[in-house]
Amino acid sequence: MTLEAWFALFGHFLLLSLLSIGGAITVAPDMHRVLVDQMGLLNDAQFNASIAIAQAAPGPNVLFVAAMGYQAAGVLGAASTLAGIMLPSTTLAFAAARWGHARRDRLGLRAFRAGMAPIVIALLVATGWILSAQTPGWVHTLLTAAAAILVWRTRVHLLIMVALGGLAGALGWV
Amino acid sequence: MSEPAAGAGRVGAANESTLAVPASNKDLFVTFTFLALQGFGGVLAVAQRVLCEQKRWLSKEQFVDILALAQVLPGPNVCNVALMIGDRFSGWRGAFSALAGMMSVPLVVVLILTVLYAQYSGFPMVAGALKGMGAVSAGMIIGTALKLAPTLKQNPLGVPACAGIGGAMFVCVALLRWPLVWVLLALGVLACAAAARRLKQAHQVSPSP
Repeated sequence: MTLEAWFALFGHFLLLSLLSIGGAITVAPDMHRVLVDQMGLLNDAQFNASIAIAQAAPGPNVLFVAAMGYQAAGVLGAASTLAGIMLPSTTLAFAAARWGHARRDRLGLRAFRAGMAPIVIALLVATGWILSAQTPGWVHTLLTAAAAILVWRTRVHLLIMVALGGLAGALGWV
Repeated sequence: MSEPAAGAGRVGAANESTLAVPASNKDLFVTFTFLALQGFGGVLAVAQRVLCEQKRWLSKEQFVDILALAQVLPGPNVCNVALMIGDRFSGWRGAFSALAGMMSVPLVVVLILTVLYAQYSGFPMVAGALKGMGAVSAGMIIGTALKLAPTLKQNPLGVPACAGIGGAMFVCVALLRWPLVWVLLALGVLACAAAARRLKQAHQVSPSP
């Protein structure tokens, strides 16, 4: 990859960072436009695999960005896409959290916390719903429902649930 | 993992008085590393369990507060959460430690898997296992939401209004698939304005905070 292309990639991810409300996955369509259609650094299969790998691997899903960068241009590519997607948003989050915490007793901030609480919780349900609905089939839905109830009502270790889900899938039941 | 004091409630109902703090920045780094490594298909469910129930660094209410800000701001939610919690406990060094813990080791894992994937992606068992794990991680996020829902009982908006706002959010995002930014903006402004009105009314009735 030329230095010029590298700067273009880094710059584009810096911009996408500030647009990624709801997580980096929300700007994935634009990443596809740039990496696959415009710059031709990845093909469709590589692009989709990056997202699948990061979702299956432990850790934050934003790491799919590093998997894309790596497939496009090795370790340097991973460093530039990941640094690009993280730097603006983390700087903003850091500043906003300090600003908000220092003024947490003001009416506006109390109203923000109270008003956003039901939205945050509903957004979690929506996220789980969308993730599960990507794959059709009643066994898949049943597995999702069982995991939800176990997390809600019991203290079964989360890794045990993930392992059982993986086993059921490997056996071809899902 | 140290057990909470007797009678503190086994299913993680941390009162603000029984909360602990991280021992050091290293503690933040290590805790977030282990937390991230348990988070297959997303870290939020593990984060809630580890931070509120095992470590007891935050109450459920504090977790929801931090998550609210993390979700309306751009960037990966769990990374914003790590950053904010680290900063709350020990400034920018804490923020950096928590975020580095969340990302460093998982990054290495993802890069290794990226290299391996090309070789094993053809195996149906691998694809099947990924599907099963995906189903479980989706359920874990929903379960976390159900666990956090009781915090809404203390919400100044009242339970019916919370249910209405939450229901509308779910319908717009999950069923209608409208763009998150606009839904968040419209419902967020509405909900915050309603909350401000309720808080003002409550303030006029009883001036003590």
